[in-house]
Amino acid sequence: MFITLLRLIKTTFQRIVRSPYHVIAATFVLFLSFFVTAAFVLIMLGSNVILKHFESKPQVTAFFKDDTNLAQVEELKKVLSNTGYLANAKYVSKEEALKIYKEQNKDEPILLEMVTADMLPASLEVFATDIKYLPNLAEILTKENSVEEVIYQKDIVSNLTNWTNTIRNLGVIVIAFLFVTSLLITLVVIGLNISVYKDEIEIMRLVGASSSYIRIPFIFEGMLYGVLGAGLAVSTIWLLLGYLEPVIKELFSGIPLLPVSNDLMLLILGGEALTGVLLGFISAVIATWKYLKV
Amino acid sequence: MINFQQVTKRYANGTTAVVDIDLEVPDRQFLFIVGPSGAGKSTLLKLIIREEVPSEGKVFVDKWDVTKLPGRKVPHLRRQIGTVFQDFKLLPKKTVFENVAFALEIIGRTSKEIKEVTEEVLELVGLKDQRNLFPNQISGGEAQRVAIARAIVQKPPFVLADEPTGNLDAKSAWEIMAILQKLNELGTTVIMATHNIDIVQTLPHRMVEIEHGRIIKDSELKTKN
Ligand SMILES: Nc1ncnc2c1ncn2[C@@H]1O[C@H](COP(=O)(O)OP(=O)(O)OP(=O)(O)O)[C@@H](O)[C@H]1O
Ligand SMILES: [Mg+2]
Repeated sequence: MFITLLRLIKTTFQRIVRSPYHVIAATFVLFLSFFVTAAFVLIMLGSNVILKHFESKPQVTAFFKDDTNLAQVEELKKVLSNTGYLANAKYVSKEEALKIYKEQNKDEPILLEMVTADMLPASLEVFATDIKYLPNLAEILTKENSVEEVIYQKDIVSNLTNWTNTIRNLGVIVIAFLFVTSLLITLVVIGLNISVYKDEIEIMRLVGASSSYIRIPFIFEGMLYGVLGAGLAVSTIWLLLGYLEPVIKELFSGIPLLPVSNDLMLLILGGEALTGVLLGFISAVIATWKYLKV
Repeated sequence: MINFQQVTKRYANGTTAVVDIDLEVPDRQFLFIVGPSGAGKSTLLKLIIREEVPSEGKVFVDKWDVTKLPGRKVPHLRRQIGTVFQDFKLLPKKTVFENVAFALEIIGRTSKEIKEVTEEVLELVGLKDQRNLFPNQISGGEAQRVAIARAIVQKPPFVLADEPTGNLDAKSAWEIMAILQKLNELGTTVIMATHNIDIVQTLPHRMVEIEHGRIIKDSELKTKN
């Protein structure tokens, strides 16, 4: 039993080495599918983090004009609180804004040197007692003369939600399409290999090889393509993440997107490897069933 | 024993290859099947190894009713029957030794056993020195001897040879015949389909002649009569 298994594995590898283009073709499409899937999963998880970040942030932020003084801010606070809808209002002065900015960019000394407190606006972070009162508070802020700009977090959140939904739907379609393609290509590649080994298969049948002995190397082949594709995809993602880390950090400063935990990467690797094995197995079974008459 | 009972084979395209064949081949017999091209010789051999199934009638190999053998048992049947063909059917990327050892690998023998038995069989067919050569480095006669070695390495009680000398010069053909005769003397039942009148007339074995799928002459029955 054991010796037979070893021989089947050996046969699988010998055949793979003899037709490298088959391996490249099959592994490459699988790689593409798994790469897109892994990227998609990470983007989805990342956008979740971004959403949470914005949801936990003040509901409306009003940025003040440069000449606004504290008395005006206090006045505005009073107006807001008189509505009875205000849960909390937090003033962030220019100096505090600079401090926050410095904290977020502490790894980038050049950025720090260029920015002074003057360049950053003071702001008021306003929380409503309930999300439905937000428009009332926002309206007051918009009308206020000293306010330069009002950023409505709800808009960001709902925009983001829309975006992630779109990406998710699109992603699912693209990934489904990629996997169907992968399945078909793996199937065709294994079918090709079956025809390459037509003579050998005929001889195997003549000397009394069992049907499973003939089929198993092709099934192993399919499973190997799956694992290779998945492994390659996750390694590439991992390298790419390392390479893009500074860019991502800058783009989403203040949002804890990185580092992606090792556990998560392992989970993705495991999931994809398993899917790869399954996909390779299924296409190999179909290929041997369709092309191998034994 | 191999036994055909009123066997008719019609191929899917409507060709009737053999008709109403009754033929019993006792153990240890050496049987020639002769007849013109298209007579149905190869079809008869294919029916024995269940490469084809009869349209009517039954084929027995020992106690097995080949016609009723479930697909998963077919490999076991084939391990009892060595086969040799006109075109050798060797694997070009395997050496002489590997081509023969192959038949033992697929049935799960240990490497030690394989080495022993393969060497013994290569010795029997006189190819010990060529063991590491590839099929394109040896002559046709040698290639056919490799094929015979592969056919007998599982020690089957039956050997079927379909025009084994068809591609060979006279000298090589006789070397092949010598090996087949030796196997027969050692107890193997040999059935050989051939066109080679010279060989059939020289060797004193039973000869069944078929034409248009029917047995028209059986030398053994004639001598019995
Ligand atoms: N797979 C097949 N499908 C259809 N017809 C076939 C098939 N195999 C053989 N035949 C036909 O059956 C008849 C007998 O063929 P077979 O190969 O048994 O003859 P043969 O005696 O071995 O001939 P040869 O001496 O040329 O090898 C022929 O008419 C042949 O064309
Ligand atoms: Mg023939």
